[in-house]
Amino acid sequence: MKILVAVKRVIDYNVRVRVKEDGSGVVTENIKMSSNPPDDNAIEEAVKIKEAGKATEIIAITVGEEKSQETVRKALAVGADRGILVKVDGIVEPLAVAKVLQKIVDKEKPDLVFMGKQAIDDDCNQTGQMLSALLNWPQATFASKIEIKDKILRVTREIDEGLETIEVNVPAIVTCDLRLNEPRYASLPNIMKAKKKPLEVLSASDLGVDITPRLQQIKVEEPPKRKAGIKVTSVAELVNKLKNEAKVI
Amino acid sequence: MSVLLIAEHNNKEIKPFTFNAITAASQIETDLHVLLIGNNCGDIAKSLSEMSAVKKVLHAEAAHYENYLAENFAPLVVKVSENYSHIVSSANTFGKNLMPRVAALLDTSQISDIIKVISPDTFLRPIYAGNALATVKSTDTKKCITIRPTSFEPCETSGGSALIEKIEAAAEFSLSKFIKREEVKSDRPELGTARVVIAGGRGMQNGENFKLINAVADKLNAAIGASRAAVDAGYISNEHQVGQTGKVVVPDLYIAVGISGAIQHLAGMKESKIIVAINKDGEAPIFSIADYGLEADLFEALPQLLEELNKLNTIQR
Repeated sequence: MKILVAVKRVIDYNVRVRVKEDGSGVVTENIKMSSNPPDDNAIEEAVKIKEAGKATEIIAITVGEEKSQETVRKALAVGADRGILVKVDGIVEPLAVAKVLQKIVDKEKPDLVFMGKQAIDDDCNQTGQMLSALLNWPQATFASKIEIKDKILRVTREIDEGLETIEVNVPAIVTCDLRLNEPRYASLPNIMKAKKKPLEVLSASDLGVDITPRLQQIKVEEPPKRKAGIKVTSVAELVNKLKNEAKVI
Repeated sequence: MSVLLIAEHNNKEIKPFTFNAITAASQIETDLHVLLIGNNCGDIAKSLSEMSAVKKVLHAEAAHYENYLAENFAPLVVKVSENYSHIVSSANTFGKNLMPRVAALLDTSQISDIIKVISPDTFLRPIYAGNALATVKSTDTKKCITIRPTSFEPCETSGGSALIEKIEAAAEFSLSKFIKREEVKSDRPELGTARVVIAGGRGMQNGENFKLINAVADKLNAAIGASRAAVDAGYISNEHQVGQTGKVVVPDLYIAVGISGAIQHLAGMKESKIIVAINKDGEAPIFSIADYGLEADLFEALPQLLEELNKLNTIQR
């Protein structure tokens, strides 16, 4: 079985994001970038499946600017066999990413495509579902457990009500929740080895995909700030404030 | 053109976020039609038709719609969407799962999780865990939108008499199969719509200690929330998670207990009307957004809180 894992380079989850003064976006210069956290779970799961002898090859792919190579290299360092960077500049919407991935799927013919359930930058939560639609494949979204039985995947999904279990036939798309597994760290020797693994660089136009954004970002602004509150010194004072000042209990 | 709202339900009752989604959809365009896809859900069609904002109900029935798989719903939504300018649903796990599949089939760039309708083509949505708000304008002729339920009031559930039109079901997608759903039954209010939420974090130390939270929740008729750390550690199940990758809540009162306040958690609760933080670390970031902060050991504070609440003559329900 061949697994394609899509990863994205995003502002590190620990960085406090700041909005640019001109309202054109958020500050990305000199900011720490990392792989999108649930994409790490997607890679980890693929590697575990390969280690269990159920997959033969893992391809890590990203759609992004030149520097996104780092994110692919990281995936290679934790166990992906080869990488693909589809180079694009500027904002690329989930629909465009899904179209690029569709072309790669047509070419590489993977049995499974894994990716994080959402990217922590645009918080869209769309790409996996869109790719499944374009391919007319099953989709197992928000996965917190995956079991493989021959050509069927049994997936536990985290939903608002609790947990749901579905079975999907391979080929299928799985979008991964942070609770799917515990991503490993890359060891130094593996980071060195990853530098020698093949990484193919393509462009969206090579693939014949129109990635022109359909949404115009008019402006980006800071959300309204909460006013600083007070510290109370006892539980009795807290209850008194909630009852008589805030009037919420 | 008209707007099409996809109803979320479990074939017996309408899920509450559908009411918020109806409000949002009616702000885009007043000619609002609701698409109801299900199995033996005639009563729901009737309830929807009685809502004043709803002008028409399109109702499709089939056995394969019982468990709302996106693979089964999407082709029907696409077929029906021909006559509509906007397709709307909630940005909860139902809408998040379904809408992108619809949008891709319609070749339209979806706008996720909007918190405000600025005009029929322009919307406000949070990005970066709510640390920035983006105003986006869609250039697509057909727009697929998911709405953040807590940013819109629930609609009126009476005063209407919309026509219910039966429509034909689409074919079943045979490659995906529903197996089971494990819903946690609780007598407490639903987390997404509760007036009061009390949430525990890593500071709770184990699942057993959540009984301290439960006792206060019972007293306040509160829903129980949790940080991702608490869910990951297995203290409590996933449907309680509040935050960027969990649920967004906007209660009148949010009590954060033993939660440090990572940005990812704040993303899910910082719009709450009143925020209380109880944490023994006075430097915890949660205090920077709390209206009332109590620097204390939660294992002492929670029993005291219950005791103080017991002294009150009345408590709002």
